[in-house]
Amino acid sequence: MRLVGGTALGHGDAVRLEDVSIAFTLKGGKRYVAVEGIDLGVMPGEFVAIVGPTGSGKSTLLNAAAGLLKPASGRVTVFSSALSGLNARAGYLFQADALMPWKTALDNVAVALEPQSVKRAEALARARDWLGKVGLATFVDRYPHMLSGGQRKRVALAQMLIRDPEILLMDEPFGPLDAQTRQIMGNLLLDLWAANRKAVMFVTHDLEEAIALSDRVVVLSAGPAARIVGEFKVDLARPRDISEIRLEPQFHALYKEIWSCLRVEVSRAYASGPA
Amino acid sequence: MNRPVNRLGLLALQILVGLIGLAIWHVLTVYPILGAPKQIQFFFSTPVEVLKRTWMEMTNPEIWGHLWITLQETVLAFVFGAAGGIAFGFLFARNALLAAVFDPYIKAANALPRVVLAPIFALWFGLGIWSKVALGFTLVFFIVFFNVYQGVREVSPVVLNNARMLGMNERGLLRHVYWPSALTWMFSSLHTAVGFALVGAVVGEYLGSSAGLGYKIHEAESVFDVTGVFAGMLILTVFVVVIDTVVTLIENRLLVWRPQAGGQG
Repeated sequence: MRLVGGTALGHGDAVRLEDVSIAFTLKGGKRYVAVEGIDLGVMPGEFVAIVGPTGSGKSTLLNAAAGLLKPASGRVTVFSSALSGLNARAGYLFQADALMPWKTALDNVAVALEPQSVKRAEALARARDWLGKVGLATFVDRYPHMLSGGQRKRVALAQMLIRDPEILLMDEPFGPLDAQTRQIMGNLLLDLWAANRKAVMFVTHDLEEAIALSDRVVVLSAGPAARIVGEFKVDLARPRDISEIRLEPQFHALYKEIWSCLRVEVSRAYASGPA
Repeated sequence: MNRPVNRLGLLALQILVGLIGLAIWHVLTVYPILGAPKQIQFFFSTPVEVLKRTWMEMTNPEIWGHLWITLQETVLAFVFGAAGGIAFGFLFARNALLAAVFDPYIKAANALPRVVLAPIFALWFGLGIWSKVALGFTLVFFIVFFNVYQGVREVSPVVLNNARMLGMNERGLLRHVYWPSALTWMFSSLHTAVGFALVGAVVGEYLGSSAGLGYKIHEAESVFDVTGVFAGMLILTVFVVVIDTVVTLIENRLLVWRPQAGGQG
C-alpha cells in the first residue's frame, strides 16, 4: 500500500532524519550533493528497508544516522535528542568485512562488550552464547580468514547484537553472499529480530529482500541529490519465511507496485552514467 | 614452473648443486688448471681446508665468545631499533603535523649510508658493543619506523568504523585496532630488520673492535689468511640461518591469525 505524503513523522521515532542533505567535496573542489531533503523516521521495533539504484546515497543515509557522516543541512535525532558525534544507541552491520582479522570469532564478539566495562570472563561467556545463537558454536576459535563469507557475517551479526543496541543500521549486509546464503541469513536476522524487536534501517538494492524483511520500503531516487520518491507499507504477516514468502500473491502485488516506482529511477541512473 | 618435484627429489637436487659447486672449487684450486695450485690457493683456499678450519674454530671455545658478542649486539640493536621505530611510527602516524614537519629530516636521515656513522659511533661509544648496537639501531629503526607508520595509516577504514560503532574510545582503538595492525606490518619486516641488526653488528665489528665475528673475519683478512676469512664467513652464514629460523618460529606463533599464502583465502 502506497503511503501518501510520506510517513507521518512521529515524536516517538528511534531515529529520525529531518530535511537532511549530505554533500561531499570532490577532488578539484566540486561539490557533490548525494542526498537532499530527506525526511525519514524509524519507530522502535519497526523494520524499514531503503532501496534505490546504485549511487542513490543509500549508504550515505545510514552513515548519517550512525553519526559517521555529518549532514550538510538538516538534523538527525535519536529518541528525540539531537545526534552529536557517533550514535551510541545504534549498531552497524557493514557490507564489507569489518571483523578484526587478528581476533578469533569469540574475541571479535567479546570485544564488543569491552566499552561497556563487562568483565572479560562474562564477556566471553556471553559471546559464546551469541555465537551459538547465530549457529557458530563450533567455530568460536576460528580466525576470520578461516570462515566463509556467510560465517563472517554471522560473527558480525553477533558482534552487533551482543551490545543490545536499540537501533540496527545495516548496509547491504548480505550483498556479497550467494543467493541461498542470503536467504538463510535473512531468516536468521528475522528470527533474532523477532525475539527482540529493534528499530532497523536496512539498505539493499534487492527489492525482493527489502519486501521480504521489512515493514516499510522506502524508495530513493537516482543520484545526485537523491530524494525519497516513494514509501510503501509491507503488511505481510509475520513470522515470515524469506524463501516461501516470495511465492505469495500479496508479495507479487507489492513487488509490482514498488517496482513500478523504482524502475523509473533505475533507468534514470543507467541513463545518466555508467553503472 | 612446470611439474614440481617431490620433496626428496628436490632435496637431492639442492644437495647436488652444493656438491657440484664445491667440486668445481676443489678441482680448480687443487689441480694446476688456472695456474700453480699454491698460488691459486693463496687467493681462493680449498673447500677441504675451509671445512677443516671451520671445524677447528667451532670446537675451539674461543669462537663461542665471539658469537655471543655478535648475538648480544644483534639482539640489542633489534630491540632498541624496533622499540624506537614502533614508538615514533605510532606518534607520527597519529599526528599529521609532526609527520609533515619531520618528513624531510626523516628522509634525509634514511638516505644517509649508515656505514659512514660507524667511526663516529666508535668515537662516541667506544670500541665495545655499544658502538655496534648504535649502528644496528640506525638501520633497524628506519625499517620498523616506516612499516609501523604505514601499518597505522593503512588500517582498514571499515574495521576502524566498525570498532568505533562498537563504542571503542581512542584507547580501545589503539589496543584492538591500531596496535595489532602495526604489529602485522612490523612482523612482515621482521626478517629484514633482524638481518640489518646483524649487518650493523658485523660491520661495526669489522671496522673497529676486539671481539665478535666481524672482528674474527677482519683479523684473518689482515694477515691474508683466506682460509680463515672463508671459515669465518661460513660460521657467520650458519649463525644467520639459525637466527632466521628462530625469527620464522616467532613469526608463525604471533601471526597465527594471518591466512597462509596460497591457502584458503
